Amino acid sequence: MTAGAVTPHRSPSTPERDSFWYLVHAEWTKFRTVRGWVIATGVTILAITALAFLFCDITAGCAVSSGASGTASAGACPPAPPAGPGGEPVQDAFYFLHQPLTGNGTITVQLTSLTGQIAIGPGSNGQPQMGSGLQPWSKAGIIIKENTSQGSAYAAMMATGSNGVRMQWDYVNDRPGLPGSVSASASRWLRLVRDGDTITGYDSADGTHWTPVDTVTLPGLTDPKQAGTVQAGLFTAAPSNGNAATTTGVFQHIGLSWPATRWTATNVGGTGQNGVGQPGTFSQSGGVFSVTGGSGDIAPLTGGAGVISIQRALLGTFFGLIPLVVVAAMFITGEYRRGLIRVSLTAAPRRGRLLAAKAAVIAAVGFVAGAVAAALAVAVGTPVLPRTGIPVWPVSLLTEARMVVGTGALLALAGVLALAIAIIVRRSAPAITTAIVVIFIPYLLTVGVGPQGGGNGRGGGGDWLLQATPVAAMAVQQALPRYYQVAAPYVVVGGYYPLAPWAGLAVECAWAAAALALAFFLLRRRDA
Amino acid sequence: MDATIKIDGLQKRFGETQALDGMTFTVRPGQVTGFIGPNGAGKSTTMRVILGLDAPDAGTATIGGYPYRSLRNPLCHVGSLLDAGALQPSRSGRNHLLWLAHSQGLKAGRVDEVIALTGMQSAARRKAGGYSLGMRQRLGIAAALLGDPPVLIFDEPYNGMDPEGIVWMKDFLRSLAAQNRAVLVSSHLMGELEGTAGHLVVIGRGRVIADTSVADLIAAASGNRITLRTTAPADAMTALTSAGAEVTANGSGVLTVSNLSSERVVAILTSHAISFSEVSPHRATLEQAYMELTRESVEYRGEATS
Repeated sequence: MTAGAVTPHRSPSTPERDSFWYLVHAEWTKFRTVRGWVIATGVTILAITALAFLFCDITAGCAVSSGASGTASAGACPPAPPAGPGGEPVQDAFYFLHQPLTGNGTITVQLTSLTGQIAIGPGSNGQPQMGSGLQPWSKAGIIIKENTSQGSAYAAMMATGSNGVRMQWDYVNDRPGLPGSVSASASRWLRLVRDGDTITGYDSADGTHWTPVDTVTLPGLTDPKQAGTVQAGLFTAAPSNGNAATTTGVFQHIGLSWPATRWTATNVGGTGQNGVGQPGTFSQSGGVFSVTGGSGDIAPLTGGAGVISIQRALLGTFFGLIPLVVVAAMFITGEYRRGLIRVSLTAAPRRGRLLAAKAAVIAAVGFVAGAVAAALAVAVGTPVLPRTGIPVWPVSLLTEARMVVGTGALLALAGVLALAIAIIVRRSAPAITTAIVVIFIPYLLTVGVGPQGGGNGRGGGGDWLLQATPVAAMAVQQALPRYYQVAAPYVVVGGYYPLAPWAGLAVECAWAAAALALAFFLLRRRDA
Repeated sequence: MDATIKIDGLQKRFGETQALDGMTFTVRPGQVTGFIGPNGAGKSTTMRVILGLDAPDAGTATIGGYPYRSLRNPLCHVGSLLDAGALQPSRSGRNHLLWLAHSQGLKAGRVDEVIALTGMQSAARRKAGGYSLGMRQRLGIAAALLGDPPVLIFDEPYNGMDPEGIVWMKDFLRSLAAQNRAVLVSSHLMGELEGTAGHLVVIGRGRVIADTSVADLIAAASGNRITLRTTAPADAMTALTSAGAEVTANGSGVLTVSNLSSERVVAILTSHAISFSEVSPHRATLEQAYMELTRESVEYRGEATS
């Protein structure tokens, strides 16, 4: 036991080197040995999962007709909207002047006029007062479609109210052609060429010089039962978000590569719940066709138009985040309160490394809690969600993976942000209060002002909060795609965020990084 | 590593208070160095500067030539206990030691060793929030010993210990020094250091008043005086004074005699037939020596605050 009097004491157990991972290991040991913190993390996971069930199980007050005996009080749900070839709920309601095309063929038209009527105010007898005008995505053009059933495959060339010539196909796809609007002096020539399941769209300003817009292959265009016959012809649609509207297109120089038959007029979808607002009409004079279609569109449904997604299962995230934020703050304020920070700093005198180790542990805990909670929430929500009776948007596995991983990152960054705030203010109550203000108040505000958001999804009252505050990270949970070719209220309550998923996460990351930098500066400068 | 703490010219001001004012001393291995001074003299501040917790306004504190903040796995070089209450109350004592061990790359086996070394096996797995102050001190000592460091720094380690604990602590500190470690122990009570410290650094008002071995300090305070115990103090005083001695009465038959050797005192008393029960060299207590040294700084403080 007693060493020689002149030999300096030597530690036999001294490790040869130090390592950042020793500190991470130490901070992890600190975390897992306080039972309350582990329990609070479990509460985070449980809360998000339980709220997923709650939010997905909210019934729409109607009974889904599935053969089972529904509750007596609930009325029958409105008919489900059609699904496009990709399985997504779509709107497929337009006026279609068509004839069958068997085998390959080409249709060419010259569009000389695109006009419309829209509701401009309340009229009399329950009918709105109409005035001339076009919506940005009012459309008229030519289309080749599998058949006249809603949701069938198609490709179309069209002129639009203010987005120039477009080629669109299978509801969710859009490609721009010639810019500018249509008039007698600036007519637009449109052409579709069918070759089996492949359709190529062309446009031209003069009928002589043609530009291909895109070539697309439409699986299912050729149904064997129809012996390769599809419907081809003229169409108009007036997207109006449920308001009364019409779109009129004037066509001439209609060229068909096959022996022409009689034109058939069809209001695709009829005039029911998912059909057109009012029946279309057409007149023919010489070779000039004037085609007027009622309100309707050929487009995917959006969150603003009554579609929900599995994102609903993650609505509890911000409430589940509360215990995690409290734990992240107390992970360091508990040390300040009891002087334990001095023990930590004698064990890890290089303060940046201590801070990094603490942040790494909180980030790892937050990530695992968030990802596990999100995975459970999606698993719980998926079978429950159809019970709402609201059309469910199909979400790819890749998108679900992004939502799960992104929720993990969202919680990890929120934990780091709360930790950094706690180091800056050093006391539990102000730290937790500040973290709540920075994270939760913007969340509540955005949910509150969401419905007043602008019709195009921009400029709503809560938009800047969703772009500039940590709640921007919620964008990573967005499951519904935003379609610029569909005018709809892209607002928070519909499931849309102004930033792209990873951009939203980057905003939260910037907050966490800035707070961490300030925490590092103060931790280094202060006496402990 | 050279297990020497070197404090050189530390200055530290907290607002209006000059906490450290040129603090300079050296702590060497192989003995317990008592670091003593009145409350507020700068003991804790000095220790915090040594451990890199507080930054001095001027001066340096090094361990084996290196500032604390540059040490790799510092707990393997310096063990310290500043505040036994620095604990997460809901964490067990063993888990407290476990995270400290992990922070230095030490294994859990070392944790059980220091638990046994400090005699806290029975409490180790209970929540530290329920520990008595004495048990917290033992846990703090165990934490300081984790890395088996050659340098140990304890701030007021006797606080809250029962008499049995104080005896244990004194033995323990002596044994650590006997293993050729440098041991710096602060206290505001000299009695706690008596019999333990071989060297003393006495401070007041942020600077060193005395930096000396215990033997030298007591000799200086004792002077060349003799203690005499007699049943006839008045006769003895008369006889010794006439022989040229300075005599002061301490009451109840005890006199303190200066300027005469003990042989001369015995001869004079015998020739006058004065009976006595004791003639011995006067020995000041460490407490008296300390009071003498710090009187000035304490008085200064009393005036300054009144």
